[in-house]
Amino acid sequence: MSQNLAPNPNAMVSIRNLHKHYGELQVLKGVDLDIAPGEVVCVIGPSGSGKTTMLRCVNFLENYQDGRIYVDGQLVGYREQNGQLKPAPEKEVAKIRAETAMVFQQFNLFPHMTALRNVTFGPMKVRKVNKAEAEENARRLLARVGLADKADNYPSQLSGGQQQRVAIARALAMEPKVILFDEVTSALDPELVGEVLQVMTDLAQSHGVTMIVVTHEMGFARDVADRIVFMDGGVVVEQGPPSQVLEHPESERLQAFLRRLHS
Amino acid sequence: MYKLRWEYITNNKELFIDGLLLGLKMAILGLIIGTVLGLLLAFARQYGPRPLRWVVTAYVELIRNIPLLLIVSLLYFGLPQVFPRRSTGQEWVLKILPDAETTFIVALAIYAAAYLAEIFSAGIVSVGKRYLEAGRSLGLSRTQTAVSITLPIMLRTVLPSLGNTFIGLFKDTSIAVAIAAPELTWAARKISTDYFRYIEAWATAGVIYLLTCYAIAIGLRLIERRIKWTVA
Amino acid sequence: MNEVWDNRHLIWLGLKLTLQLSAVAIVASSLIGLFVGVGLFYGNRVVRSLLRLYVDVIRGLPILVVLFLIYYILPAVNIDILGVHIPTNVGRFQAAAIGLTLFGAAQVGEVVRGALASVPKGQSDAGKALGLTFWQRLFSITLPQSMPVIIPPWTNTAAELVKGTSLASLLSMSELLFATRKIVERTGDVLPFYIAAAAIYFVICFTISRLGALVAQRYRFGVAR
Repeated sequence: MSQNLAPNPNAMVSIRNLHKHYGELQVLKGVDLDIAPGEVVCVIGPSGSGKTTMLRCVNFLENYQDGRIYVDGQLVGYREQNGQLKPAPEKEVAKIRAETAMVFQQFNLFPHMTALRNVTFGPMKVRKVNKAEAEENARRLLARVGLADKADNYPSQLSGGQQQRVAIARALAMEPKVILFDEVTSALDPELVGEVLQVMTDLAQSHGVTMIVVTHEMGFARDVADRIVFMDGGVVVEQGPPSQVLEHPESERLQAFLRRLHS
Repeated sequence: MYKLRWEYITNNKELFIDGLLLGLKMAILGLIIGTVLGLLLAFARQYGPRPLRWVVTAYVELIRNIPLLLIVSLLYFGLPQVFPRRSTGQEWVLKILPDAETTFIVALAIYAAAYLAEIFSAGIVSVGKRYLEAGRSLGLSRTQTAVSITLPIMLRTVLPSLGNTFIGLFKDTSIAVAIAAPELTWAARKISTDYFRYIEAWATAGVIYLLTCYAIAIGLRLIERRIKWTVA
Repeated sequence: MNEVWDNRHLIWLGLKLTLQLSAVAIVASSLIGLFVGVGLFYGNRVVRSLLRLYVDVIRGLPILVVLFLIYYILPAVNIDILGVHIPTNVGRFQAAAIGLTLFGAAQVGEVVRGALASVPKGQSDAGKALGLTFWQRLFSITLPQSMPVIIPPWTNTAAELVKGTSLASLLSMSELLFATRKIVERTGDVLPFYIAAAAIYFVICFTISRLGALVAQRYRFGVAR
């Protein structure tokens, strides 16, 4: 294959010809995507299109069989030897994962830790930040997501929306190069979706963090994204600025997808 | 170097076979008597007057927290000594517990009753009030409801635990070696000390226990599958 | 009860052995069982099959037979690992300790495996996403969350091990039950000594299971405390 697998030197995340299959089932069939530093990219597409799998590959929560993922120029999950992928040692994988934070659909807060400890835990364990500094930073982040008064609560004492905001604070605390959002509002009651989207909108407009957002919230994508990526059948079908993708879709598949949304 | 000589096992195979059969017999009798006792205890605990409930709870907790071997030793070595030689009391003890085998079955039943009472109690609780009320509404008496409704439903729910208890009791029959009841462990110890065939004797006993336990487990699963109804 | 008091020294000698054997067996079973459970859940196919074989074999054998197996067979075999001779001439205490640990570790291993399986996969994912290594995730995320599930059956196993030490009397180890029988044989007094022995076993085992329930209660996160 004469595919160019080298990372784009100007991109924060470079995905090249990414292939992933579970047994017989092909989930990703050659995804190519570059994301610039500070860019907010929303990934949309029907369920089963591979968008969540792609996101999980970027954090190496899933391995991939072919292609490359680079975060800030570093290959994710593997080492390359003579064009072959060799699994990277665990320490190296952990180190690169620490650069890419993830916010999950099911929040996945640690139930045996308070909100504050959830936020300080990563920096203290992985970045070896001292406790005082980690807590000061965590309180600042909890305040930023509007939960300054919930620092000592356990996840089970918080609403879904509050838990998800703590999860965002937990991600921010790692000062990651990129934050991956995996359908973060899908598990929330409708009346709680707004508070989480608000936090994400503020985050996007601060222009500090690179964000890859897999979402079904078209309104959010339209208002906040720098670019929308439409995936279907394990490949990127179409991408561009929100106005172009949402109002003047070129491909038939995207047109069909948008029609189904509006009907 | 130790050379394996299996002929000591094959020449004494009836020792192992009889040992296995005795173990199974003691386990089955222990289970049956234990089940009857356990059912009485469980129903007493759920429906009996308060003092009776306390007594049952005390019995269950006591037995569950002492070793089976202690019960066996007390019954076999201790009890006959409690009474003066040739007294009526001693005669009675020797009549009820004439030999090692009977003594062990009784000990096993006393022991199993406590565990089974716990299992049955949980079973009764899980059957709950709804069937009870349905039974009462048909005009059945309290006892009729307990016997014809609660009991069968409860037994169905606890069937898997009952099976596990049986396997546990079968393994516990190995303890009868302490009072020289000629079961499997006794056979293995005899061969291993009489002829110094340690590896052969214990490997044989181990394999027999293992196979028997898994055979029982598989058999119980087959029985369970044949019962068509489950508790919703 | 005067007779019991007069023989307190002999009872204490037996009890001491029972306590020592219990402590060794419980600690060793817990530590080894922890890794057995981790291996059963996270190990590769080879590790998993070997551990599964070990656990299933032990669970199909009476504890007493495991003790006898160790006591009689271990001294009869030669074990050389890389030319280093491993002494197998175990005494009663070691044989009982090894046997009980083999049993306890299998029980604990199965408990730990089940508990790890009950932790939602998302917890591991969240730990990975933070950049935690496998052992960091295990010890600070998955295991702590498994504790409420692990502790009750774990204390059951501990109590079972205490009761199991009585089987060492059949290896002629003079632990509590053996001592009791000797005293009864000598004095002809039956009930006081058996009651005393039963009371001691009861207090130890009952305390262990109550402590377990208490600790498990403390692990219920997020309940006001």
